[in-house]
Amino acid sequence: MEWRLACGVDDLEPGTSMTWKGAGEEPIAIYRTEDGEFYATHDVCTHDRWSLGEDSDLEGAEIVCPLHMARFDIRTGAALCLPATIGLKTYEVQVEDGKIYVQC
Amino acid sequence: MSAMGILIVGASIAGVRTAQSLRKSGFADPVTIVGAEPYLPYDKPPVSKDMILPETDGAPVPLLGAEELDALGVDLRVGVRAVALDPVARVVVTDTGEELGYDILVIATGVSPRTLPGAEGLIGVHTMRTVEDALAVRAALPAARHVVAIGAGFIGAEFASAARSHGADVTVVEAQPVPLAHLLGARVGALLGGLHEANGVTLLTGTQVERFEGTGRVTGVTLADGRTLPADLVVVGVGATPATGWLATSGLPVDDGVVCDERLRVRGFDGVYAAGDVARWPHPMYGVEMRIEHWTNANEHAEIVAAAVTGAPAPRVRPPYVWSDQYGHRIQIVGRPGLGRAVRVRTAADDHQAAAVYADEDGTVVAAVVVDDPRLLMRLRRAVIARTPLDALDAPF
Repeated sequence: MEWRLACGVDDLEPGTSMTWKGAGEEPIAIYRTEDGEFYATHDVCTHDRWSLGEDSDLEGAEIVCPLHMARFDIRTGAALCLPATIGLKTYEVQVEDGKIYVQC
Repeated sequence: MSAMGILIVGASIAGVRTAQSLRKSGFADPVTIVGAEPYLPYDKPPVSKDMILPETDGAPVPLLGAEELDALGVDLRVGVRAVALDPVARVVVTDTGEELGYDILVIATGVSPRTLPGAEGLIGVHTMRTVEDALAVRAALPAARHVVAIGAGFIGAEFASAARSHGADVTVVEAQPVPLAHLLGARVGALLGGLHEANGVTLLTGTQVERFEGTGRVTGVTLADGRTLPADLVVVGVGATPATGWLATSGLPVDDGVVCDERLRVRGFDGVYAAGDVARWPHPMYGVEMRIEHWTNANEHAEIVAAAVTGAPAPRVRPPYVWSDQYGHRIQIVGRPGLGRAVRVRTAADDHQAAAVYADEDGTVVAAVVVDDPRLLMRLRRAVIARTPLDALDAPF
C-alpha cells in the first residue's frame, strides 16, 4: 500500500463522487461531502456490481446505489440497508496542496 | 418469547429479506420459512429477464449464497405450501396437513399472475412469475416462430424483448390505446411503447384478446376485432393478484392485499405482519393505503417488519422505485407518477434516452421516469424525496 495521487480537490464538487481507475485492477470511488470531507471506498456496489462513484447519489455521508437503492456509509463502508448485506472496503484519504491522495 | 419463534410464510424476497433483517438486528429466536415452490430462495426480476435470454444459462439467481443461507440459521422448508391460518390458535396448516405453531407470523406470499380464460391446460401459454415459468418459456423460445405477449406492461415488454433476442417474430397485444398509460400517462407511455417497434416487435394497442386457438397446444390468438395472430408461444402479462386465498378462513383483513398499519402489523391481529407484494399499508410518505409490487418495496418491508418485531425505530422512508430492462435499455421509475402528470418530457435523441418529470397540481415533483441515465434518476429521486417545487428543479430538460 502506498499513497497515490488520485485527483485534484476541484475535480469534485461538494456532495458528489467520482470513480478513479488509476490504482490498478480495483476501481475506487472518491467522495466529497457537502461538508467538504473526502472519503474513498471500493467503487463497486456489493449487491449487484454497479459503479458507486459514477452514478450514485451522495446524501450526507451515505452513498445510494442507483440500481437497487442499496445504501452505504462512506466513512466506514458499512452496508446500511437491504439489498446490501456486505460492506464496502474503505481507503485512507489525505488532502495536500489541493490534491487528493488515496492509500491503496 | 417462547420457543416457537417467527414463522415466515413465503420464501420470497420479502420473506427471506425479513429473516436476514431480523438476524442483522440481533434477533436470536428460531426463524422458520416455508415456501411453496420446490426451490431454494431465488431472485424474481431475472425470471422475465436474464433467465430467458439466449446468452445466459437460465439458472435461477439465488437470493443468498449457500454460506449466507447457512449463516442465517433458519429452518427453511421449500416445497411446502401454507393452506390455512388459525390466528387464534396461532397455527398455520400446510398442504401436507402439518400444523406449524408460531409466536409471530409474517405473511410474505406475494402475488399470483392473472391469466385469461382458456389458457389453462393449453401448451404454449404461460405466465411469468416463477422458476418453472422461466424454464418452460426458455425451453420453448429457441424453436418458437410466432410469439405473442399479451399485455404491454413490464412483464410483457421484458418477455417480448427476450423473445426478440431469440430471433422470434414477436407481437405485443395491449388493451389500452397506449401502453402503460394508466400508470405513466399517454405521452410517456407512448415513448416507452416505442421501444417495441424500434426493435422490430409489432405493437397492437386498443385491442382485447377474444380467445386462444388450438387444441392441446396453442396455435393462435384471436383478437376482439376478429383477427387471428399465429402463435406457438404466448405469455400473458396482465397483472397479478395478492396470494391471499389461503387466508380466506382466517378472519384477517384482506382487501386487495392483507391490510396493515404503517409498521406492517396486520390490523387487529397482534403478532401478525405482512410484507412485500401481498401487504396493503399506508406508505408513510403518502399516508394513503397502497400495495406496491416492487422488488425494492419487498426489501424495505423486510426492514420495517424486522424493526417492528425487535422494537427498533422504523427505518427511513423511501419513495417507491422500480426498474425494467427492455431491449438493452434500463427504465427506472421513482415516486408515484399517478399523483401528478408528466410536466417535463425529454424524448430520445442521439446522446440521450427518454426521461420525464411528474409534478402534482401544486407544482411539486412527485415522480420521474428515466431511461438509461441512472445519474439523472438519482437527482430526480432526491427531488421526489424533498418534494422539490418544479420551479426549483435542476434538471437538464
